[in-house]
Amino acid sequence: MSTSFIQGVNVLKKLIDAPIASYFSSCTNCGICAQACIFYTETGDAKYTPIRRVEPMRRIWEQEFTLSGRVKKWLGLSRPVTAQDFHDTVELAFESCTTCGRCSMVCPAGNDIVYMIRKMREGLTNAGLAPPSLKAAAVRTLEKGSVMGFPMKTFEAQVKAAEKETGIKINIDQPDVDYLVLLSSAEVMQFNEIIAALAQIFDKAGVTWTFSSLAHEAGNPGMHMGASEVEAEMINRIVDAAESLNIKNVISPECGHAYMAIRWEGPNVIGRPYPFKVYHIIEVLDKLRQEGRLQTTGKESERLTFHDPCQAARRGGVNEPQRNLLNMVTDNFVEMSDNMACNWCCGGGGGMNTIEKAEPLMKKVFHRKKQQIDELNVTTVVTMCATCRNTLEEGIEDNNMDVEVLGLTEVLANHLLKENKND
Amino acid sequence: MNELELLNWARGPGLAYASIIMFFGISLRLLEILSLGRPAEYADTRDDGVKDGLIMIVKRSLPETRHWKYITASYIFHIGLFIIVFFFTPHTQFFRDIFGVFWSGWPNYLIDVVTVLSIASMLYMLIIRITDPTRRILSSTGDYLVWILTFLPLITGYLAFHRLMLDYTLMLALHILSVELLMIALPFSKLTHSFTFILSRWYTGSNFGRRGIKS
Repeated sequence: MSTSFIQGVNVLKKLIDAPIASYFSSCTNCGICAQACIFYTETGDAKYTPIRRVEPMRRIWEQEFTLSGRVKKWLGLSRPVTAQDFHDTVELAFESCTTCGRCSMVCPAGNDIVYMIRKMREGLTNAGLAPPSLKAAAVRTLEKGSVMGFPMKTFEAQVKAAEKETGIKINIDQPDVDYLVLLSSAEVMQFNEIIAALAQIFDKAGVTWTFSSLAHEAGNPGMHMGASEVEAEMINRIVDAAESLNIKNVISPECGHAYMAIRWEGPNVIGRPYPFKVYHIIEVLDKLRQEGRLQTTGKESERLTFHDPCQAARRGGVNEPQRNLLNMVTDNFVEMSDNMACNWCCGGGGGMNTIEKAEPLMKKVFHRKKQQIDELNVTTVVTMCATCRNTLEEGIEDNNMDVEVLGLTEVLANHLLKENKND
Repeated sequence: MNELELLNWARGPGLAYASIIMFFGISLRLLEILSLGRPAEYADTRDDGVKDGLIMIVKRSLPETRHWKYITASYIFHIGLFIIVFFFTPHTQFFRDIFGVFWSGWPNYLIDVVTVLSIASMLYMLIIRITDPTRRILSSTGDYLVWILTFLPLITGYLAFHRLMLDYTLMLALHILSVELLMIALPFSKLTHSFTFILSRWYTGSNFGRRGIKS
């Protein structure tokens, strides 16, 4: 992809739409968004105020898309946006923002601030300023088909291991089944118990499903970067896979940003509706619960809480299914002080966890999550996003907390009713 | 031009010019926004988003309790301004003369209290803007300019009513002129939020609704 400052500016000009123009017109610089952002609340540094992260885009809007701004520019009263401004914004748009969107929940003007931050990232990426770690992740994903860059045979080996463990056959490239299942790299490499968990749950529920060798990766670094070509390419691979296997339902795994990319942005990025439906795995499991096809036994008596991943819950609208499912297998589930759409971010998403120099800041802002967990006095935190899980595990270890982190699918699999009641 | 001539100009041609500029300015700003269009939605949405868009327009007026001091001041000032503009008896007479619709005003002593509260809130918000590092770093010349433009009608109106500082006729003329200045600036400054808030809340609320997020 060729990049230059001019291209970055031009891309931003193309991305400024009616919502963004209305947002800038409505912003009164009241600063209320600051208090919603962990990077502000945990550091107290005014530079992290969310709306400041898109200042170059605001100036481009004012100078190019308003009469008053053009007059000001013509009179020499406004400063044009420079390459230096873009450089200075990289820290604010990429290195201290997880695009969690909590700011968008509190703005009195109703501004969807993170919608703009995402576009700002796209401008910066087109100016060649995307963080190198994200660029590298994008290259790996395009070339190897996985964000972490492992080859297909590694994936196959993990599937084989799960088959051996469960004694259940797991399909790859099986056409005409109910679901095509995608996984994130982190699930394949770190949290691979998810594969066995899925196999057991689906086997019990009589669901037919498959992985695809064309597209097993749900992660999409193109989305974090704001590289729409990369994002579209990864989406197209999934569309091709589902179409060639004649599958009408695609499952996005326990990964927040994957859900955002596949469920909500994908069709818009490729510019057409999908010939299939997309569900978060937790939505599918909740549907099976409703149909009586997911039967569990026993309940966790330990006190536990749930961490809502930003892209699935706040931005993606999946808030109830995880609670329905948790209540099936727990007696002692307590909510965090802020939860569902207003949950505090773990601090690791949106590409932040790949950026090495952002690590100290990431560790610092975890303090908010620590506080939320500490005040509940729980032994376990359950979540439904591999990135959140990773960040929580690291944060808990760094802070010497005595708390276990689990994925929801795995918790359910542990309580799966092994024998039918009639047997 | 003496005081009376100035007052007459302000009430007559001045008001007409200001109204025309404000009307065309608002139309232009709306056109500038709406002509940019909204990207097509190809995702399989959970809802058409209309209900949540409308809810958001109302709901984001509710206070966010973490900022109670700032929010309280902001409420007093916005509601106070509304009461003063539409329920001060001379203003109701003005609207009757222009639009032919009449409603009764509030007693003067109440309007007086509301005015003092509004002025105090505005001063408090200005102090916060200057002293709080987060808000100071955000603030631009435009923010201070609209503060002045909004404050002038309030203070001149108060001074005219109490016959303070200047001759009443002159103060009243200045009051009307300051309102006209505010009207002219409205479509071209941060004051656009007074009408674009409906659009911004609508876009966000309806996008949220489509994805099944409650506004």
